[in-house]
Amino acid sequence: MSDINAVTSAAGPSTQPQTEPKHAGRGKKDKPRSLAADAWADLRRNKIFWVSSILVLIILAMALFPTLFTSADPRECVLSRQHAGASGSALFGYDFQGCDVYAKTIYGARNSIEVGVVATLLSGLIGLIFGLSTGYFGGWVDAVLSRFIDIILGVPFLLGAIVLAKRFAQDPESNGVLAVTVTLGILGWTTAARIMRSSVITAKNQDYVAAARMLGAGPGRLMLKHILPNSIAPFIVVLTILLGTNIASEATLSFLGVGLKGDAISWGISIAEAGANARTAPEPLVWPSVFLAVTVLAFIMLGDAVRDAFDPKLR
Amino acid sequence: MFRYIVRRLLQMVLTFFGATFLVFALTFANQDDPIQALAGERPITENLRQTLMERYHLDEPFLVQYWYYMKGLLTGDFGTSLTGRKIIDMMESAWPITIKLGLMAIIIAATIAVTAGVISGIRRGSIFDNATLVVTLIILSLPIVVLAPLAQLVFGIQLKWFPPTATVNASLWDLLLPALVLGSLVIATELRVTRSAVAENLRSDYVRTARAKGLSRKRVIGVHVLRNSLIPVVTLIGVDIGGLMSGAIVTERIFNVPGVGFNLARGIGTEDGPLVVGFVSILVIIFLVVNLLVDLLYAALDPRIRYE
Repeated sequence: MSDINAVTSAAGPSTQPQTEPKHAGRGKKDKPRSLAADAWADLRRNKIFWVSSILVLIILAMALFPTLFTSADPRECVLSRQHAGASGSALFGYDFQGCDVYAKTIYGARNSIEVGVVATLLSGLIGLIFGLSTGYFGGWVDAVLSRFIDIILGVPFLLGAIVLAKRFAQDPESNGVLAVTVTLGILGWTTAARIMRSSVITAKNQDYVAAARMLGAGPGRLMLKHILPNSIAPFIVVLTILLGTNIASEATLSFLGVGLKGDAISWGISIAEAGANARTAPEPLVWPSVFLAVTVLAFIMLGDAVRDAFDPKLR
Repeated sequence: MFRYIVRRLLQMVLTFFGATFLVFALTFANQDDPIQALAGERPITENLRQTLMERYHLDEPFLVQYWYYMKGLLTGDFGTSLTGRKIIDMMESAWPITIKLGLMAIIIAATIAVTAGVISGIRRGSIFDNATLVVTLIILSLPIVVLAPLAQLVFGIQLKWFPPTATVNASLWDLLLPALVLGSLVIATELRVTRSAVAENLRSDYVRTARAKGLSRKRVIGVHVLRNSLIPVVTLIGVDIGGLMSGAIVTERIFNVPGVGFNLARGIGTEDGPLVVGFVSILVIIFLVVNLLVDLLYAALDPRIRYE
């Protein structure tokens, strides 16, 4: 949780070069650009954006079509090749159980992405509903829901996640994907809701909202057609960063033994298993770590770049 | 100020009950059959079941059970772990080393973050500034489950610069590598906040006044700017404590530091439910108290903040 707060609240870090004249030149002098078009023009020139998008695409491909990257079966483990070194057939060597580290690492992407994406969507849905309603209605709805958010933030993220994940993971048969997803989804929405709330409060006092209200639009129409499209950008950025931290949290929970379990393939489990034997065989520890770090970094960099592009105040 | 303190205390009471209620409800509510879980495979006589139900208040309504749990928390009774040791005793033997580790992490992180933050705040857009921004982004993105084992592998096992694991009587030197890893959790945020605070304060009127008075650059930055820039950094401590607690669970487990996080991680591994809940409850209380103190400190430090 602190990661997201850090990235979103620490103001001012625009990693791209400061480019002052946004609208100058480019042939179309007088044509006004929308925020999205302006942001896109800004993103196109941002190297970090391109690097992180390419990384994200590769990782998504790994999650969707692991067979493109490896033909080995990650579950085919032969003890006789325990800790065997890297070779042409197994790029990263074999781990303690004699499983192909490269294949396991590639297949690990799927669970990470799946848990991360679904948990983020769940958080996004809760955050959207809470943020919209608190921001729009204000008054006691706002007071009650804000207190509720305070209560959830009163429990440090990982501690809450441990308790919750243990609670959900009662079924010994399951591999824990659902439990971890729900846990992260339930705990992660607070920052998104707060961001949504503040941008809704800004948007609802605009003239066009007053105009729409005078034309007879009801609260539902006002919220969904007028306020939402104009206040959703920062919210989506927070969700992108949340996706990165959710992937990291999944690995942390799996590492501690309350996340994915059983025969599920997860970078967190691989790191936990390889840690004990790192002295003799560092590769099974290093590669899942590198893949996990790059994945998280890619999503957070992407969110950072998009945030910089959409928030002109930070330039 | 007084009204603010009172209001903040009332808020804290609400948050306290809410947070503990959440933890309680999540762990104890709607359990399948805790008595059978306690007995394991063995059959249980009706008599024994009755006695246990009464002893653990399982026959009472949910809210009454919560009341007993709260009474335990407030009187320092956090329950007993499955191994038979009292949670509070385990906590007592575990916390000194965790406090030591946490303090080292905070001091290291704050020193580096404030120094680097001030420099990059003064020289915005310089190579140093851009480099720190990239480095902080990377540090922010590195999950502790990656950072801790890799640091142990590279600096502890392969380069042998630091001892790879710590013991019960760990010296400061033994704890340095885990503290560095733990500190990296908070260093990036602190650095970025310092940087933007310094950059903002440099443009403020009082700095221009100080310069106009003919004060040296050193004094303007070292006294005037720094003092005002550190206020937001101080408030980060509250948030940081939560991050450090989470980080300590992983870090202590990897470096074998026998502290609070290590016990908690072991409790998770051995399926010791009461231990996990007891430790989490204590940590949540500490977290809430620290956050309250930081908020009060913030109000005291920053005269611009007047809460009504």
